[in-house]
Amino acid sequence: MVTRSPAEPLAAEMIPAPFAVVSKRRETSDTWTLELEPAAGDELSFAPGQFTMLSRGGTGEVPISISGDPARPARLVHTVRAVGLATQAICATEPGDALGVRGPFGGAWPVEAAEGADVLVVSGGIGLAPLRPAIFALLARRARYGRLVLLYGGRSPGQLLYPAELDEWSARGLEIAVTVDSAGPEWLGHVGVVPRLVRRAAFDAGGVVALLCGPEVMMRFAAAVLIERGVAAERVYASMERNMQCGIGVCGHCQLGPTLVCRDGPVYRWDEIAPWLAIREL
Amino acid sequence: MSPSPDRVIERGEFDALFDALSRRGYTIVGPTIRDQAIVYDELRSSADLPIGWTDEQDGGHYRLRRRDDEALFGYAVGPQSWKRYQLPPDRRLWSARRDTRGALTDFEEPAGAMPRYAFLGARSCELHAMGILDRVLLHGRDSEPDEHPFVIAVNCGQAGGTCFCVSMGTGPVADRGYDLALTEVLEDGRHYFVVDVGTASGAEVLDDVTHAGAQADERRRAEEAHARARAQMGRELDTTGIKELLYRNYEHARWDDVADRCLTCGNCTMVCPTCFCTTVEDTTDLTGERVERHQRWDSCFTVDYSHINGGAVRSSTRSRYRQWMTHKLATWIDQFGSSGCVGCGRCITWCPVGIDITEEARAIRESDAGA
Amino acid sequence: MRALDELIADSPVFAGLAPSHLQLVAGCARNEHVDAHTVLFRDGGSADRFFLIRSGAVALEIAAPGRDALVIGTLHEGDVVGWSWLFPPYRWHFDGRTTGPTGLIAFDGACLRGKCDADHELGYQLMQRFAASLIERLQATRLQLLDVYGHAIAG
Repeated sequence: MVTRSPAEPLAAEMIPAPFAVVSKRRETSDTWTLELEPAAGDELSFAPGQFTMLSRGGTGEVPISISGDPARPARLVHTVRAVGLATQAICATEPGDALGVRGPFGGAWPVEAAEGADVLVVSGGIGLAPLRPAIFALLARRARYGRLVLLYGGRSPGQLLYPAELDEWSARGLEIAVTVDSAGPEWLGHVGVVPRLVRRAAFDAGGVVALLCGPEVMMRFAAAVLIERGVAAERVYASMERNMQCGIGVCGHCQLGPTLVCRDGPVYRWDEIAPWLAIREL
Repeated sequence: MSPSPDRVIERGEFDALFDALSRRGYTIVGPTIRDQAIVYDELRSSADLPIGWTDEQDGGHYRLRRRDDEALFGYAVGPQSWKRYQLPPDRRLWSARRDTRGALTDFEEPAGAMPRYAFLGARSCELHAMGILDRVLLHGRDSEPDEHPFVIAVNCGQAGGTCFCVSMGTGPVADRGYDLALTEVLEDGRHYFVVDVGTASGAEVLDDVTHAGAQADERRRAEEAHARARAQMGRELDTTGIKELLYRNYEHARWDDVADRCLTCGNCTMVCPTCFCTTVEDTTDLTGERVERHQRWDSCFTVDYSHINGGAVRSSTRSRYRQWMTHKLATWIDQFGSSGCVGCGRCITWCPVGIDITEEARAIRESDAGA
Repeated sequence: MRALDELIADSPVFAGLAPSHLQLVAGCARNEHVDAHTVLFRDGGSADRFFLIRSGAVALEIAAPGRDALVIGTLHEGDVVGWSWLFPPYRWHFDGRTTGPTGLIAFDGACLRGKCDADHELGYQLMQRFAASLIERLQATRLQLLDVYGHAIAG
């Protein structure tokens, strides 16, 4: 039994590393993309799908997926939605301001394991942010994959993330379909939910690997359509979210059935997690 | 534990044991009476122990009663566990200065050396609980010998009203984690302790205390005490396939039943020796220039516990009680490789409405949806 | 140039219909090509036709005073557009506008209703297929109502 007194030296894993905001771009009415650089020390290498515990000194820490290019770790990129005290403080920073970063934590999207197959990326809302590093990684090795397809849903045309990049990605071989929940008449794209896009997307159901991230409802229904179309549940992956306090598996908050999201996720194989998601208020 | 012949020390020598520990610089912590309960605190001599007291425990019930003898350890466990020494209720992780750009600098660790503790009176269930907590908090790494306190365990000679260590395989006799393990015997006009030496450190301390080799009849008295404790268990929990049982009964009607009774007060999580959930809180002083990060005990019974944008994942009482119980008995096994429950019975005793985890498990097993 | 009944059989809604039934359905149908931004029908208008989209897309819109029309759904290749022809008073409930050049098969509602009245087996087969399509559309619409991006945790 290892005792820890109140006066014991702290765990190094709980001290945030200092980073500075280098640039800030507004994505939507409540979402910003921040690019950070370490104020001291090393750049943060990460795998697509991982997250950090991000904080604005003194206002609390939140788990935020890394949304940058894993091949360019000199800039740490986070797309943050301002929904509470901590995220509002983070989104209120300007270039030059400091943020604290712990991590990276969690497991990654199976980008390498999917080589040789079609890859279907299914995202909704801010769920595109944790998938963006995977998209960079897939496009960096485009020739190793079959079809690369991105299905992306948002609330309305003005609430879509990374609009300029979607065109760039399309030019590099990513087939993209975008849908919104509602739009004005100038919108010439899809209006409707993401699962409808999944129903009509073209891919090899026997071989495709699907990566899902977005509201849980969207992921459940999208996965159901994939399975209806003959995709094996073992080849579908989803990124899950739960309350996190420590990020290192000791605070208990992120429990999702028999797993800890910070340690066993956030990327889960659908066949492993789906039975647990079917339990209300798990 | 290297097997070694048992020793015996007389009641009169007990304070020599205290002296031996104090001389070696240990701060002795053990049971004592405060606020009409037996709690753990620093002890100066055997007089601080609850001599001649026992506890009467049942669902939502705890009373101290006088014994008709002068036993030092004639009771079960109280509302506190040794958990606070592995995981302090409130721990400052660091403090720092914050500048106008929000940068944190001058991180300061809490200063001061940790006392070298000697835990006197730890029960077998509690030793198992310490091991379980280590597995969670050390996340896989092995502990170093110098991180451990000196442990004098006590093998129970009687069980508490809500005990079920036999069901959980965690007692009543200590099998791990101790330097010395004592079995108290008051028979044949004598008062002595049969001592099982667990480690070289234990042997070394014992050398400062007058002791003799244990005779056959003394060992027999100790075994009778253990058997008495085993036979007196206040509760039983059938652990056969319990993980699978609970995994297939997430929608059992019993959860609604217990939700009608549960107050979500969180007492069970506070008294449980293995509940480990904490919250991490950052605070600033009024000037905003000094920031502290604290790690504090938390409880899965609070609505905030499972909060993510938009609301709590577990907002109903039903879901929160279910989370606690299924974690303790089932998902803990998948998360950490063992059960989270040691059968100490505290959650039953200290629940204001007497909810009994063994009764809830039995009710679900008896009308198992998937059986 | 493929026959109309073959084109109709391509779509998920009509796939698997017996050839004789396909012929009956094709008898009420016409192949059409429409420019972008063509208004196919207006809310309140007479719903004497419905459509099967072969290529392109149709936006369903609701107009409200003082604001732009709101697009509440788009329908695409393989989708059936219009159910109001099935039951009285046979009036459209939304506006429908093509978002790009669109290939459609237009069906005469009264013609098909008459054939279903005369041949109940045809009627049953068509109603089954339309019901399946409607259910899928209803479920998707219900999901849309949840506004899941408004509250990240919704569901």
